[in-house]
Amino acid sequence: MFIAIIALSLLALGFGLLLGYSSIRFHVEGDPIVDKIDALLPQTQCGQCGHPGCRPYAESIAAGEDEINRCPPGGEATMIALADLLGKDPVPMDDEASVEKPKATAVIDEKECIGCTLCIQACPVDAILGAAKQMHTVIMDECTGCELCLPPCPVECISMVPVKVDTGNWKWPYPDGAETNEVTEATAG
Amino acid sequence: MHYPSTNRPARKLHRFHGGLHLPDNKAQSNGRPVEPAALPKQLTIPLQQHIGEVAHPLVSVGDRVLKGQMIARAQGYISAPVHASSSGTVIEIGEQPVPHPSGLSSPCIVIETDGLDEWVELPEPVVHFAQLDPSELRERIRNAGIVGMGGAAFPTSVKVTPGPETWIKTLVLNGAECEPFITCDDMLMREQADRVLAGVAILQHLLEPEQTLIGIEDNKPEAIAAMNAALETGGLSNTEVVPIPTLYPSGGEKQLIRILTGKEVPSHGIPAQIGIVCHNVGTAAAIADAVLENKPLISRYVTIAGEGIKEPRNLEVLIGTPASSLIGQAGGYTDAASKLILGGPMMGFTLHTDNVPITKAANCLLAASEAESPNPGPASPCIRCGQCAAACPARLLPQQMYWYAKAKDLEKAQEYNLFDCIECGCCSHVCPSHIPLVQYFRFAKMESWAREQEKRKSEHARKRHEARVARLERLEAERKARLSKKKAGLKKKTAAKKAGGEAKDPKKAAIEAAMKRAAEKKAKLAEEGVAPKNVEELTEAQQKQIDQADKRRAEAAEDTKQATQEPEDA
Ligand code: SF4
Ligand code: SF4
Ligand code: SF4
Ligand code: SF4
Repeated sequence: MFIAIIALSLLALGFGLLLGYSSIRFHVEGDPIVDKIDALLPQTQCGQCGHPGCRPYAESIAAGEDEINRCPPGGEATMIALADLLGKDPVPMDDEASVEKPKATAVIDEKECIGCTLCIQACPVDAILGAAKQMHTVIMDECTGCELCLPPCPVECISMVPVKVDTGNWKWPYPDGAETNEVTEATAG
Repeated sequence: MHYPSTNRPARKLHRFHGGLHLPDNKAQSNGRPVEPAALPKQLTIPLQQHIGEVAHPLVSVGDRVLKGQMIARAQGYISAPVHASSSGTVIEIGEQPVPHPSGLSSPCIVIETDGLDEWVELPEPVVHFAQLDPSELRERIRNAGIVGMGGAAFPTSVKVTPGPETWIKTLVLNGAECEPFITCDDMLMREQADRVLAGVAILQHLLEPEQTLIGIEDNKPEAIAAMNAALETGGLSNTEVVPIPTLYPSGGEKQLIRILTGKEVPSHGIPAQIGIVCHNVGTAAAIADAVLENKPLISRYVTIAGEGIKEPRNLEVLIGTPASSLIGQAGGYTDAASKLILGGPMMGFTLHTDNVPITKAANCLLAASEAESPNPGPASPCIRCGQCAAACPARLLPQQMYWYAKAKDLEKAQEYNLFDCIECGCCSHVCPSHIPLVQYFRFAKMESWAREQEKRKSEHARKRHEARVARLERLEAERKARLSKKKAGLKKKTAAKKAGGEAKDPKKAAIEAAMKRAAEKKAKLAEEGVAPKNVEELTEAQQKQIDQADKRRAEAAEDTKQATQEPEDA
């Protein structure tokens, strides 16, 4: 267990450096605060925040026009990260964003697909492979689970399938704290 | 302190911060000699018994395999192969329950044993390993599937390959075995000290350290004596058995290094950064087998202990043997058994079932009674007493990390060096409020990892999105370029007509052409570009219409293609 932890922290360090490097290497000129906010958003481009994509929402937050609690895929974690970044107090999640859905990816029922390409046109990250009149397939690794491809499909052959939990991606759960009589706004410190 | 067998002045030992004196409960299981466990009917061999990439199966269902045969190969640098622990037939390759805190299943190769225990043909044993090239030795260690056997399960081949810039000054052998109940390393050192030292000699040849320190807690006098005796005849230079005071968690890598050398492994760092490498004594023994006899890692010593076991003991167990069969061989459960833990009471985890196989890193099955592993009871608020910080061997501030982990403010928790936490459980153990601190830290670490990964994924998604937007823009620009080319072509035609005599205002012609183009474009868009908005709950008839529309659309697209191409070619 000991060495495991060390190995993991080393890996963590490595990734940290990599991220740091990529943020320098791939830095794009622009409004830095918008970039920083955008970097915290999950990039699903799902529009559930009421904006046409992650960046527009970031712009709106930066301009002080919208709250930081509107992103359902990001959930509480993103809200807390945004609060940290902007020096704001955490706020409870927006009604529509309060239920955290399990992660899922789109799967096309390939027998049903008529090859109309409408889903390809809807997918913001080019996660769907196919050509006119041909069966379409979702590239699992690229799919962000934004669900934008669902409504355009004329034959409703796309469904969202929850990501399988295995020993590789399983996480230790949050302890069922019985010490609930504590203040929960602990981030104030 | 003076240990006559080494004829050396006593080494100055150092102390790590905090730690706990725990009842060691080792006498339960170290009283009888280690015996080989019975050959089980089935061996379930997980493809991932190590940190890193899952091994890739080399056999199929129905194949006959021999003892020691590689049945799955390593994938990638940080990975390890797995071998058949006995001869038999592969009856299944698929998900089986494995010893994991989640209680989930993971891919395994299931072998029905034939009772012959027939070895695969092994190459000739090596007598003088020192004549072999170090790279060949490393290859043998890698092919033998050796991983850290103290519980870490990190592939050993990686640890015996320090980078060219790293100079290992001190080789540390970890025989501390600080956790209560566990005695498998104790028994190994007592019974197979020569084998352990043979492994040490190979490690010395690979790493060329200035000194080798074998740290053993002083509650294991027999092991210390046996190792010293073997050392006297073994002819290893600059190697010393160092008895250390019994204090949990002296077997933590960083803690043991601190005790033996006084050096601190840097925060977020690894020992190699300060010229030290640490291996478990069991790993050393496995290295000896791999290099000298070409035998892969297919068995290990396992402690079966706790008040919940009738006859606690150590067994030499084939990897893949079900835990239930070992408990049977230790007399079965007593009425006191309240939970089954893999590992020790401090760092182990509860098994959901005893129908899981023993893996390379499984050192102990603990069927603990309620008294041996009490449920802490309901937690109450933190009173900021600071006892957790006083006990923490990593010099952390558990109460602060807890505060932020509880609020899921992971960045702040990390600022308090969350990732230096070795999950030893000292803090939870002393907390008067019974707060499950380690659980919060495990949660916070895993969650931080997951978020780091998500961040990378969303970075990737952003790039793909940007690439898509750029592509769409480019296509649009190309389309425009095509149109203007067409326009130029038209202009030429009009110019030619003009030259033919009939004078026409070129401006007027251009406007006409533009209007025509706009109309064309509009028609085209109407035909193919706009996505239908109300396509939910389609009737069959509607569906047919869509199909037909699609067909027409495709034909129309063909036509326009030809139409647009012709003038360009002309
Ligand atoms: S495939 Fe569907 S759910 Fe997945 S990213 Fe594309 S549009 Fe979103
Ligand atoms: S929208 Fe539906 S039918 Fe059309 S290509 Fe995509 S999956 Fe196939
Ligand atoms: S030991 Fe428990 S109560 Fe005391 S400071 Fe630490 S977490 Fe708080
Ligand atoms: S579990 Fe972590 S925080 Fe708690 S005492 Fe051990 S190292 Fe310190």
